[in-house]
Amino acid sequence: AVLKKRLVKLVVNFLFYFRTDEAEPIGALLLEHCRITKEEENVFSISFIEEPERKYCFECASEEQCQEWVEALKRASYEFLRRSLIFYRNEIQKMTGKDPLEQYGISEEARFQLGTQQQ
Amino acid sequence: MKLNERSLAFYATCDSPADNSGFLYKRGERHTAYHRRWFVLKGNMLFYFEERESREPVGVIVLEGCNVELCDSAEGFAFAIRFGGAKSRTYVLAAESQAAMDQAAMESWVKSLSRASFDYMRLVVRELEKQLEEMRWGLAGGCGGSRESPGSWKPKPSGPERSPERLPALPAVPPKENGCAVWNNVLGAEQPPDPSGCGGHGDEGNPRPPPLPPRRRVSNGEAVARGPSTFC
Repeated sequence: AVLKKRLVKLVVNFLFYFRTDEAEPIGALLLEHCRITKEEENVFSISFIEEPERKYCFECASEEQCQEWVEALKRASYEFLRRSLIFYRNEIQKMTGKDPLEQYGISEEARFQLGTQQQ
Repeated sequence: MKLNERSLAFYATCDSPADNSGFLYKRGERHTAYHRRWFVLKGNMLFYFEERESREPVGVIVLEGCNVELCDSAEGFAFAIRFGGAKSRTYVLAAESQAAMDQAAMESWVKSLSRASFDYMRLVVRELEKQLEEMRWGLAGGCGGSRESPGSWKPKPSGPERSPERLPALPAVPPKENGCAVWNNVLGAEQPPDPSGCGGHGDEGNPRPPPLPPRRRVSNGEAVARGPSTFC
């Protein structure tokens, strides 16, 4: 496999990649239902649940940079963020007896509920 | 631009719960007829299918950097998803024509779409994180003195259905959550962010969270009359 140098940009739950001298991305990966794996030194991979044997590999300039990316990508999905929100909401509710989302008027929003949401 | 379409389709069709779903009429690209499509909102992605039983979506709208507005429409209950870029398309959608269900369905969609962005979610999460931090470390809010007991939460200004219009400033060095760039809400989803060099990490020296998209929408379940400036 050939390694190509790319400018890589994580924006919300997308990983954009560019040829280093171009302004428009050549592609993007939606980072939902994916697995981030630390491979050998300086290398991590992204694979998706519906095609687990296909790995998108990235080689970093250093091990430190590699770790940073792995950490960032593991937290990049919308679903991860949603779980964090629900977690914090519950923690605060446990400590105060109040739902912290009430003050924003969003406590009934389907997306912030635990368990089943509307079909 | 290449996209991992299979993964997108998987996300659209897997059995993780949708944040909203239903039939909507979508106006065609050349301002022509409306087409009935089955819409599924998951996270910040609005997928649409030809039929409810379709295996794959025919399209997706990424809900970042957009405004959701009500439309004055002859058809009745239409709303628009509008992006900021010069070349960006505005998506006009209308709720199913079924007498009394129209308005409720439309409002439910406008609400759920307005809050669908990753940015919005992240803002709320950061605010909750901050509250939790303050509670755990007992930081004093004002000068000296003791903080109010955790039980007496200072309520934000009351009002029906207020979204966080103005959240307090975050600490100067926020934790690197996903190392992502600040998303400029004025730009449409198609515009690439400023390049920041390989392995772009950190917030590009701008620690503040992106401002909330301006919200001009229904409050408390009542339709708000739109002025002529928001004709779509």
